[in-house]
Amino acid sequence: MNISAEVSLNDLSPASSGLRELLPPLTEHEAITESARCLMCYDAPCTHACPTHIDIPKFIKKIHTGNLRGSARAIFESNLLGATCARVCPVQELCEGACVLGSERKPIAIGRLQRYAMDHSYSRKLEFFRPAPPTGKKIAVIGAGPAGLSCAGELAKLGHSVTLFERRDLPGGLSTYGIITLREPVEVALMEVAMIQKLGVHLETAKDAGTTPTVEELRQNFDSIFLSVGLGNTPQLGIPGEEYILDGLQYIEGSKLHPSRLRVGSNVIVIGAGNTAIDCATIARRLGAERVTMIYRRTENEMTAYPHEYDFVKREGVAFWFLAQPVKVHHNNGKVTSLECVRIELGDPDATGRPAPHPVPDSNMLLPADQIVKAIGQHRPSIAVLLSLQTEKGFIGVNNGFETSAPGIFAGGDCIRARGSASTVMAVQDGKLAARAIHQRLVNHG
Amino acid sequence: MADLSINFAGIHSPNPFWLASAPPTNSGAQIHRAFEAGWGGAVWKTIGAPVLNVSNRYGAWHYGNQKMLAINNVELISDRPIEVNLREIKEVKRAWPDRAVIVSAMVESKPEAWHDVIKRIQDTGADGIELNYGCPHGMSERGMGAAVGQVPEYCEQITRWVMDVAKIPVIVKLTPNISDIVMPARAAVAAGANALSLINTLNSIIGVDLDRLEITPNIGGRGGHGGYAGPAVKPIALNMLAALGRDSIVSSSGLPISGMGGISTWRDAAEFLLLGARGLQVCTAVMHYGFRIIEDLCDGLSNWMDEKGFTTIPDVVARSLHHVSDFKDFDLSFRAVARIDQNKCIRCDLCYVACNDTAHQCIDLVDKNGKLVPPSAYDLRSNGRVEAVSTRPTVVVRELDCVGCRLCYNVCPVENCIEMVELPPAKPSITWDQLSKQQPAVTEDWQQMERYRHKMGIRIH
Repeated sequence: MNISAEVSLNDLSPASSGLRELLPPLTEHEAITESARCLMCYDAPCTHACPTHIDIPKFIKKIHTGNLRGSARAIFESNLLGATCARVCPVQELCEGACVLGSERKPIAIGRLQRYAMDHSYSRKLEFFRPAPPTGKKIAVIGAGPAGLSCAGELAKLGHSVTLFERRDLPGGLSTYGIITLREPVEVALMEVAMIQKLGVHLETAKDAGTTPTVEELRQNFDSIFLSVGLGNTPQLGIPGEEYILDGLQYIEGSKLHPSRLRVGSNVIVIGAGNTAIDCATIARRLGAERVTMIYRRTENEMTAYPHEYDFVKREGVAFWFLAQPVKVHHNNGKVTSLECVRIELGDPDATGRPAPHPVPDSNMLLPADQIVKAIGQHRPSIAVLLSLQTEKGFIGVNNGFETSAPGIFAGGDCIRARGSASTVMAVQDGKLAARAIHQRLVNHG
Repeated sequence: MADLSINFAGIHSPNPFWLASAPPTNSGAQIHRAFEAGWGGAVWKTIGAPVLNVSNRYGAWHYGNQKMLAINNVELISDRPIEVNLREIKEVKRAWPDRAVIVSAMVESKPEAWHDVIKRIQDTGADGIELNYGCPHGMSERGMGAAVGQVPEYCEQITRWVMDVAKIPVIVKLTPNISDIVMPARAAVAAGANALSLINTLNSIIGVDLDRLEITPNIGGRGGHGGYAGPAVKPIALNMLAALGRDSIVSSSGLPISGMGGISTWRDAAEFLLLGARGLQVCTAVMHYGFRIIEDLCDGLSNWMDEKGFTTIPDVVARSLHHVSDFKDFDLSFRAVARIDQNKCIRCDLCYVACNDTAHQCIDLVDKNGKLVPPSAYDLRSNGRVEAVSTRPTVVVRELDCVGCRLCYNVCPVENCIEMVELPPAKPSITWDQLSKQQPAVTEDWQQMERYRHKMGIRIH
């Protein structure tokens, strides 16, 4: 399918300018002066810090010399989803955080320079890779998010025949549905998918692997399978009135794909303090909520959001209530009126290593709200059960080569992220390394 | 407060900074504003033979984020009628009696032409005359400018013509486009000039346009060599200035030298003074930032002089000249090694790659346990700020192998992070000159040299 023909950019652009991409592209002057600041470290720490190990000084110096084609290629060689990563990577924790200029000076704006090179490439429709001669091997990639796209693209480059199955109507996974437009517009994710398709990957959307095609069909028709299914739905809080609480991921999806239809309250409570919760709070503020409060049962010391995201959302005017746990949604005539919470005291560390929250008896309080959104993590992938795969903490278990307990079935991305924090760039690296492992296995096993 | 005034060959100026003969001194109105800003003097843009100019006359050399590290130009001498220039010179001098007004001149190489222009300049009341023997483009094709400065005999002959009629101090301006700057300087001395100035601009082509494949700047599809000036030429100018100061004939003549070539800051100015300049001229920095830079040129120089205990400009002049030496007189027993301050090091590893690829392979990468590690020795799964920073090896100099070449010191982006540490000499002091006189065989034969090295414990790797 031709993505760009089916999705009109105008339909996808949020009606409200408040949700436009936050950072403008660098101007030519900014890109040239910023790239000149790069010291061109040898064996650079930014490259080490990047999960896909993009040769960052190399692509930056190419920007400075005006070799933008070469710059884009240097990025693509390590990371086929460079345009998404340039926008959504937590660069403070990765490349820019490791920049040697960071200690006393200003780190190089690596993410924005990468975006500059990627924008150049996509706006000119540059092509860099030709698939190797066909190997005759067929691989099914399940899930067209970053891990799946990365794996599919790398396998196609190696000459394999790749079919990419996507459950949703649009490919791109969280890049399309779950990253707020402020950070990455839908168009960027879809451009990347189109690029992966150009490498020869056959994309089938609205195909729920396991049902259509069935597991048996997959096993019969493909030499290898890569699972990049991401995670499941948001879990239940298990409190009365929960049916009135909106799902955070759906809230974000609405803001990206149907912004004109998204109803935002004027007094919004967001339950949770991870990066998704912060995105929900940001959307609510930017789409007109007068008051947005994030509720978290622990404190800012335990919250999983990145420090720079926390800083950002505070500047957006979002309030925080720590040490509070929702116990009941109050509503009247089908409309939310308030969220009842109980105060929390922190105890000894629990299984997650964080202090266990203990509700304080008789400390209930009512927080007025006309909209409540929850972003408290996601269920573990259900496909593991379907395929009888071994799991680790509910995530799909894989060995060092990304192979699951079922020979020939590999997995990567958020669905295997039992350790460390889930991120797009980690998923891209999983897909890339898994593609190498799959190639190795198919070549070695003839 | 240091006294910045100078008496340069009898020309008085409240500070040593003159605008060089160039576009900034093209008109009375400009020089008037420059004097208001505080410039001590101005050398009027060269007057003389009739000319016509072209567009796209200035090219520039940018490097990194630094604009105009150098400028190049094919602008000719003043294209305003000589009568207009002479009238404005007179007006400016009358309005600014305490400033130095010097007039640069260049005419056809005929005695009558020179006599005429010198007399007309003197009639304006100007303080001095500068003979432009340096302009490397256009005028030189007509037998003027560098065409004179490059031939010591012409230089001497024309200067004699000038001195025949000159009643005010005459400065001979030298071109650097010559193999030995001393020769034209000696010619000027022999002809009785009152002072020297240097350097004029260097022959240069700024570049080629990679789209049109034409020369930059493009003058109707053509381009050519133009005069190169600005910060990039300063080291060349300093060397030529020192060469004159070290020449016995030029130095014993006592002729003062007005130094120029890339002076942009008071620091540059101090260096020119220390190497023997008694006055200073500035052009490119003014063309980049305007007349206002005079404020810090004076303020910075004055503060530095106060700090160093210099009270007058002559106190500073030539203070460093005796440190300039030929290679043959360098002490071969002098030793220095690079030492890296690990607390200041930001781990960019530029010293490592420079030493390893292009110098003497004596910087190692050492991990936390003191083990030598190769570059990029991390696992592909390793990532993130914390891991990248915490596992990054340190750069350590193997001092025994360090030849003290100073490349790492030069590439290090952190102030005072790499120090060249002087070591006590391991052998008696000796220069190449002494060695070649005491043991000529050592300096002529490799086997003898090896024996000498072995005996003296000199390791080469």
